[in-house]
Amino acid sequence: MEETLKKKDKILSAADIRTTFHTHGRTVQAVRGVSLYVESGEILAVVGESGSGKSVLMKSVMGLMPDNAEVKADELTFAGQDMLAMDPEQLRKMRGKEMAMIFQDPMTALNPLKTIGSHLMEVLKRHRGMDKEAARKEAVAVLNQVGIPSPEKRLGQYPHEFSGGMRQRVLIAMALCCRPKLLIADEPTTALDVTIQAQILDLLKSLQEETGMSIILITHDLGVVASLSHRIAVMYGGLLMEEGTTEEIFYSPKHPYTRALLHAVPKPRSGGKERLEPIPGMAPSLINPPSGCPFAERCKFACEDCRKEIPQFRTYSETQRALCIYSGEELDHKEGEVESHG
Amino acid sequence: MDNKNNEILLEARDLCKYFPARDFFGRKKAEVKAVDHINLAIRKGETFGLVGESGCGKSTLGRTLIRMYDPTSGSILFKDQDITGLKGKQLLPVHKQMQIIFQDPYSSLDPHHNVREILKESLTAVSGLSTDEMDGRMEEILKKVGLKPDDMYKYAYEFSGGQRQRIGIARALLVEPEFLLCDEPISALDVSIQAQVVNLLEDLQKEMGLTYLFVAHDLSMVRHISTRIGVMYLGRLVEIADSDELYENPLHPYTKALLSAIPLADPRLAAQSKRVMLSGELPSPMNVPAGCHFHTRCMYAREECKNRIPEMMEVSPNHFVACPYAGENNS
Repeated sequence: MEETLKKKDKILSAADIRTTFHTHGRTVQAVRGVSLYVESGEILAVVGESGSGKSVLMKSVMGLMPDNAEVKADELTFAGQDMLAMDPEQLRKMRGKEMAMIFQDPMTALNPLKTIGSHLMEVLKRHRGMDKEAARKEAVAVLNQVGIPSPEKRLGQYPHEFSGGMRQRVLIAMALCCRPKLLIADEPTTALDVTIQAQILDLLKSLQEETGMSIILITHDLGVVASLSHRIAVMYGGLLMEEGTTEEIFYSPKHPYTRALLHAVPKPRSGGKERLEPIPGMAPSLINPPSGCPFAERCKFACEDCRKEIPQFRTYSETQRALCIYSGEELDHKEGEVESHG
Repeated sequence: MDNKNNEILLEARDLCKYFPARDFFGRKKAEVKAVDHINLAIRKGETFGLVGESGCGKSTLGRTLIRMYDPTSGSILFKDQDITGLKGKQLLPVHKQMQIIFQDPYSSLDPHHNVREILKESLTAVSGLSTDEMDGRMEEILKKVGLKPDDMYKYAYEFSGGQRQRIGIARALLVEPEFLLCDEPISALDVSIQAQVVNLLEDLQKEMGLTYLFVAHDLSMVRHISTRIGVMYLGRLVEIADSDELYENPLHPYTKALLSAIPLADPRLAAQSKRVMLSGELPSPMNVPAGCHFHTRCMYAREECKNRIPEMMEVSPNHFVACPYAGENNS
């Protein structure tokens, strides 16, 4: 299908991923043809609201989808290997070792009956073939790396003895055990308090710099990604709406949805007192998605053509492109018109 | 939003709410001091924001103030009337004037009832209206919160999260309260929907002259909606100020750390901002540190902080802080 923008140094490259669920005789098209890439050593943020397909997209890449889901793709390449040509055994070995994933809820992701040490050592023994003693040493080192104080003592403790932030650190440690090339973090701080969130985000950033791995950060919160990500991909209704560098997305967004999203939160510069501009209506159903642009129903610039078919990408720079029939300039012009009439 | 009107609507004096923590045999083994000697006055027509991390007691304080919980000690005054000791039916007229909207629009609406039944329940409890009058009132309130009168015959599952929160707001406003406790009303909603609900709350406040206590952990939204803000840490208020003053000139070390942790939706600004990192973990509320609760994580803590409970002091007009060294640590 379409070409992704840049081809060099890509750790992950996916073209036209389509994921559908079959439930109760109905089909849910959760991801409807998304192409994206991750460069090695970068942090890519995938931003979207609930139901935008951001988690499903990443789980499709990881192969973590349930049996009733069907994943199709034109291309799926990870570190130079064609994942579409691999057999399940090869895939299983690669996932978990070379790509790892951490989840939103650190409360339920750990087995309450097992110590933290056995969680970590199991990974090390299985994926890196270590013996017990070596695994124990490595587990201490990894816990140290993620900033858990007195790791030797903590190894023998159970998940309930850890706070939420500490559990998320343990999960990050588990993911790091195999020194993955790619870490996918699915809303890693949503369940945490703001001061703890800041600690975890700092940790992810410094780990990325230390190890040189790539990170995909899935989130609904634009504030979280502003200080962390190099690039941002914005999703809506199962489609990629816009991608660009963090600077491009925040300071010259092209897609009406990206713009609306930025206007819907209080602006930190002005003290945040001006009236918010909500996006009217709600996200479309993915059981029977609209044939045109999924955002058309809520978009103040939408015209007849928007509802007919999904528009093509417009490319703005080597890194930025947006899925809208109007260019950024046309939208600026229209915005001026809307304001002078209103 | 001006502060000319300084009439106090709701006041807490030395308010405490302790929960017993029991062991396996039901014996009391400790006390969780969720609200610990709090003094607070909420002015008529303002939005008072209450912020703090989970477990700091902000929701408990709100719920004790509207008498959902019985206070352990201290007193609550609503429109100069002491409502601390009211029990059972005596509370009905108070609850008619003080309502609450909840965080989770999914679990706070009964799935077996349609909207009409949900709304009617709160009306029958407090008013002697006839069925026709009630229907009229319900239609009116649904329109006010941006729903259609036809929606009355739908069930909760037929609505999206944002619409459910509108139903929650309609239920609270139906009995024409003066005071509304908003207990994390937008935390469960998507970003694009949060703005809809916040704008609705602001419009309703203007239209109906409501007073809000807005409890939340989204600090940028709290700044947006609040007139004044109180910061809580382990059951105590550590700082109270007008919202701009608090964000621009935070004085308590905890407030500074909390505000600097807000993720800014502006990469250039985020790169410039300095972060005050908190060391250590939140102590268990069952075993809070003596003296200033914050001293175990405070970078300015001195010997005295371990023993002496800091008093709230007014350091500039309307700016209160519970740290005797707040001014000195400002560099």
